[in-house]
Amino acid sequence: MSRARTASLPPASLPGLDPSWSRLVDVPERAIGSAPDAPAAASGTRTNRWHILDNAADLAELGATPVGTILCVHGNPTWSYLWRKTVAAATDAAAAGRPAWRVIAVDQLEMGFSERTGVARPLARRVQDLADLTDALAVDGPVVTFGHDWGGVISLGWAVDHPDQLAGVMLLNTAVHQPDDVPIPAALRLALSVLRTGTVTTTAFLDTTLAIAHPRLSSDVRRAFRSPYLEADRREGIGGFVADIPVDAAHESAAELARISGGVARLTVPALMMWGPRDPVFSDRYLDDLQRRMPHADVHRFENAGHLIAEDVEYAGPALDWLGDRFGSAPESPSTDEPEVPDVSDASDTPPMWHHLETLAHSPEPAVVDMVAGPGGSPRVVSWALLSTRVHQIARGLVAVGVKPGDRVSLLVPPSADLTAVVYACLRIGAIVVVADAGLGLRGLSRAVRGARPDHIIGEMPGLTVARAFGWPGQRISVATLPAVSARALNVTTSLAGVIRAGEAAHDLELPHPPAASAVAAVLFTSGSTGPAKGVVYTHGQLTALRDALSAQYDVGVGTGLVAGFAPFALLGPALGARSVTPDMDVTSPRTLTARAVADAAAEADATVVFLSPAAIANVVATSGELSAEQRAALARVRTFLSAGAPVSEALLTAASELMPNAEPHTPYGMTEGLLMADISLDGIRSSTASLAADTVTDAAAGGVPVGHPTATTRVRIAPLDAAGSVGGDLTDAAGVTGEIVVSAPHLKSHYDRLWITNRLADAHSTPGERWHHTGDVGHLDGEGRLWVEGRLQHIIVTADGVVTPVGIEQAVERVDGVRRAAAVGVGPRGAQQIVVVVELTARQRRSRLAEPALAAAVREAAASGGHEIAAVLVAATLPTDIRHNSKIDRAALARWADGILRGGRMVSP
Amino acid sequence: MRVLVTGASGFLGGAVVRDLVSAGHEVRTFQRRPSGLAGEPGITDVLGSVTDAAAVTSALDGIDAVVHLAAKVSLAGDPAEFEAVNVGGTRTLVEAMRTAGVGRLVFVSSPSVAHSGSSIVGDGALPADPASALGDYARTKARAELLALAADSAELRVVAVRPHLVWGPGDTQLVGRIVERARAGRLPLLGHGAALIDTTYVDNAASAMTAALTHIDEVHGRSYVVTNGEPRPVAEMLAGICAAAGVAAPRWSVPASVARTAGGLVEAAWRVRPGIDEPPMTRFLAEQLSTAHWFDQRATRAELHWTPSVTLDEGLERLTAHYAAASAAR
Repeated sequence: MSRARTASLPPASLPGLDPSWSRLVDVPERAIGSAPDAPAAASGTRTNRWHILDNAADLAELGATPVGTILCVHGNPTWSYLWRKTVAAATDAAAAGRPAWRVIAVDQLEMGFSERTGVARPLARRVQDLADLTDALAVDGPVVTFGHDWGGVISLGWAVDHPDQLAGVMLLNTAVHQPDDVPIPAALRLALSVLRTGTVTTTAFLDTTLAIAHPRLSSDVRRAFRSPYLEADRREGIGGFVADIPVDAAHESAAELARISGGVARLTVPALMMWGPRDPVFSDRYLDDLQRRMPHADVHRFENAGHLIAEDVEYAGPALDWLGDRFGSAPESPSTDEPEVPDVSDASDTPPMWHHLETLAHSPEPAVVDMVAGPGGSPRVVSWALLSTRVHQIARGLVAVGVKPGDRVSLLVPPSADLTAVVYACLRIGAIVVVADAGLGLRGLSRAVRGARPDHIIGEMPGLTVARAFGWPGQRISVATLPAVSARALNVTTSLAGVIRAGEAAHDLELPHPPAASAVAAVLFTSGSTGPAKGVVYTHGQLTALRDALSAQYDVGVGTGLVAGFAPFALLGPALGARSVTPDMDVTSPRTLTARAVADAAAEADATVVFLSPAAIANVVATSGELSAEQRAALARVRTFLSAGAPVSEALLTAASELMPNAEPHTPYGMTEGLLMADISLDGIRSSTASLAADTVTDAAAGGVPVGHPTATTRVRIAPLDAAGSVGGDLTDAAGVTGEIVVSAPHLKSHYDRLWITNRLADAHSTPGERWHHTGDVGHLDGEGRLWVEGRLQHIIVTADGVVTPVGIEQAVERVDGVRRAAAVGVGPRGAQQIVVVVELTARQRRSRLAEPALAAAVREAAASGGHEIAAVLVAATLPTDIRHNSKIDRAALARWADGILRGGRMVSP
Repeated sequence: MRVLVTGASGFLGGAVVRDLVSAGHEVRTFQRRPSGLAGEPGITDVLGSVTDAAAVTSALDGIDAVVHLAAKVSLAGDPAEFEAVNVGGTRTLVEAMRTAGVGRLVFVSSPSVAHSGSSIVGDGALPADPASALGDYARTKARAELLALAADSAELRVVAVRPHLVWGPGDTQLVGRIVERARAGRLPLLGHGAALIDTTYVDNAASAMTAALTHIDEVHGRSYVVTNGEPRPVAEMLAGICAAAGVAAPRWSVPASVARTAGGLVEAAWRVRPGIDEPPMTRFLAEQLSTAHWFDQRATRAELHWTPSVTLDEGLERLTAHYAAASAAR
């Protein structure tokens, strides 16, 4: 045996790898399919020497008894080094007194520092090899497998073969099935086409794999990954692995793969999948497949990670958190049930979202009015009877074109009567509506739609063109009927008219049973102003609860006329039984809405309720001079005026109220995860501000934006912040305590889509029977039970004197002459941070700079009124804001910018 | 306690002596020239050099504790002299204290002993590192601090206190240089002037020494950075000092990178042909004036049971009053 072929220990001092974890194990080889514990065949059996990482000795030294074993299996062309963070995290957790997990991370034979046997090892052989190893190590007690890449398949092979020992499975990007009708990924085709040259003779395959980390691997980590594969004869295994990919049913490993993938679908143990979608081989398609096989699995999709997810993101800590949550200190009795949080709306017999489409099915009264002139020059009016018929036709038509209950339907349709009808049709047949806003930008939208894995996309031309360009999944249905050429080019199978025709033709088709209240109804995307947009999942019960909360809060019901200048409310109109009118406006540009358009819409609907987006209000106020007497009279009949979406200044709300003199202006507090959590009227804002000025509210120094009292079915609590700025301790409703705002309501979201880690944090205070959501906002309650928002949790400043929230300082600084907007950010290490104020001046500035002494002094004095000391004042040409609302200042980006400059870095603009 | 203060003729030394006395200690000063304080209640002078072992030994007679400030503090000069005073002087003192059985030493150091010249953003007191310290002063002080702390034991308790950029009325080192150069129009701003620097008003530095001595039984063996805990952009700090002295603040600016390069060149030239004046720019000074230097003061304040009693603004007011009085006296 040549020296290069024997197993050996890795070189010392590879970054992150503790040499004490490494050991060599001699493993007798048994025949494929040997039962566990079967004795090794008699004489003549060969013995293979493995290199593995094993923290058993460390645990023994700590005096910790393992609760179970994590069996980690790498893929191609990595080695056990890939799992070093898991070994470290498990050992650290044990040292910290948490349940101790033994971690065994193998170097598969032919790979890493294990023996080069010189024998081809097809999949079935490798699965047996792993079983041989665990038997040789006499691994007993519960085992959770953890696999990546082709190691995922092999680990699942072990899982399927060891039902008595298996406690759970964890996976990073992998696949267990290649559908016959789908070509294998281009990257793999390439590797196969140049098999020997690419994998063995040269280091091309190895280098390519190591080059696709996000961000790039450091050179010492790259060297560590390469260290077992320096000579061509040590790389034979890499080529062998690629050659063993079962590209078609005739391949020698295809049967074993089918056996494993079939077995996986029968697994009931807890499962965790962590996924990096930026993977040229194991794309989202394979995650979808795995999720279909293990629908009970917890999934976290790291939007920015790729194939080397274990290098791209912090995955080991979450994996141990998951083990802790799932198994505690006793994995012997794994709980296979989701910790189901009962939904109060489940139990009730609340009417469904489409209730009024049935009760008003014969009403000739208008249900939806679109003021954008139709073909005849007059508004497009859809009666309840017509809307009801359309919804039923579309529902039947969707069933006819193959849309099934539980299918996801992505809607790339601007707000319109068409959209409304499609939404209610989907809800009725139990299809899940996926709504992402064009405000996310093309990249954000594309990420969102891909991540939501739609089965069908209904869109207009621009949306469908984008869908084609970005290769989104799903059947395509166009809103307009397209010429055959375009339809083919865009992969469009039918149009909305075609769906309606299909629905008409299938008029005796029985619609599926109405979905249960607990069934998923919709996936709505967050704005993405704080990282990649998240899909927020609502059930039918939660949507009806939202409808009821809105109805109760603003007294909207059957017969109410409402002007829906804010798209989400136009969609909710029919559920409320209200007559909703969309003003003549460019929905993609709300700030073009005029006062005349609002007034005309109000007149058409005899509206008593007006909903506007914050972006629209300024222009409505600015164009109020154009109103005629009749138009003014129509606006005078409005009783409730609502501005929803982002905070609006008291001044703007006042100006709007002058347009609608008999209306009470309101602004709700909420988020995509809970759309109506609190509400405040203009009078409420005024009295809150007055009590703040008079210092009669508790904790006046904290400042903040008053958002009013919780709505009828909402409870608001505060999760206090400790001196280090961490959220901890019990929820409180005590006045004057600043902390994270935590809310509970029947109309709260169910969960985030495929974001297990995020869900775990957001649901930290949920208990069976009580769903609570951590909003990520910080604030406090005052003595009268009103909620004040002081900023975002990730924007708090942790100084040596404690936690400082930004909004109070910003409000004080924005009262300084010449200051238009301000942002308070922290620089330096958390716990010793200094407060820096960045201002945007009323007068346009071309360059960013250090504030001149007089301005700095004025800003410091303003902040001192709240007891805050400001280290530096910077003038920014403009403050960066989020895309969707153009109002939320990106304090995180500003903090990074200020830190660079205050270190002495180059003076650039943020 | 009877406390020996070395280097009491300096700006900080004088303040330390007065603070110790006001805290009830009896002070003997030790330096080459009269301290100018002798005769005030509780203060006596002994003249001598820390490089003279016999003089040090006799000065320690009857003493309970030492605050060691004597050092060669300069931006340039003969490396051998830095070595002799800063390292040799400390070694001599520590050995003499051991022999005499004097059990407490407050070693006055500088944050520059632990930093290589990059920006300091909220760091604590890192270990002194002579290898990376910049300039002869910082290098020799780093070695001296290590030497002093190595002597820490139950019998000889040593604590190192590192005040950062001490200033105040009567300061010739920092304030004096700034004002003099600004008056001559020779004070440029380096870069955009936004780099955050923390400084220490002299009374605060002095009270920190007293606090370190008071709590030496709990804190010996450790190092503490001492500052006002009020970092400000360097341009604001310079402008504040200039305004207090009634001179115009710097109006012209030099790119920081240019200043660093120029500083290096000037240092080299000064080594070959030392001028009578100090060099107008050194790499150390360029770094100090163009990169952030501020510190995490939590451990210092908690463990020394100390907080600064004079704020930055109060300090500048006192400086203004000082210059106003000086110009009125003229």
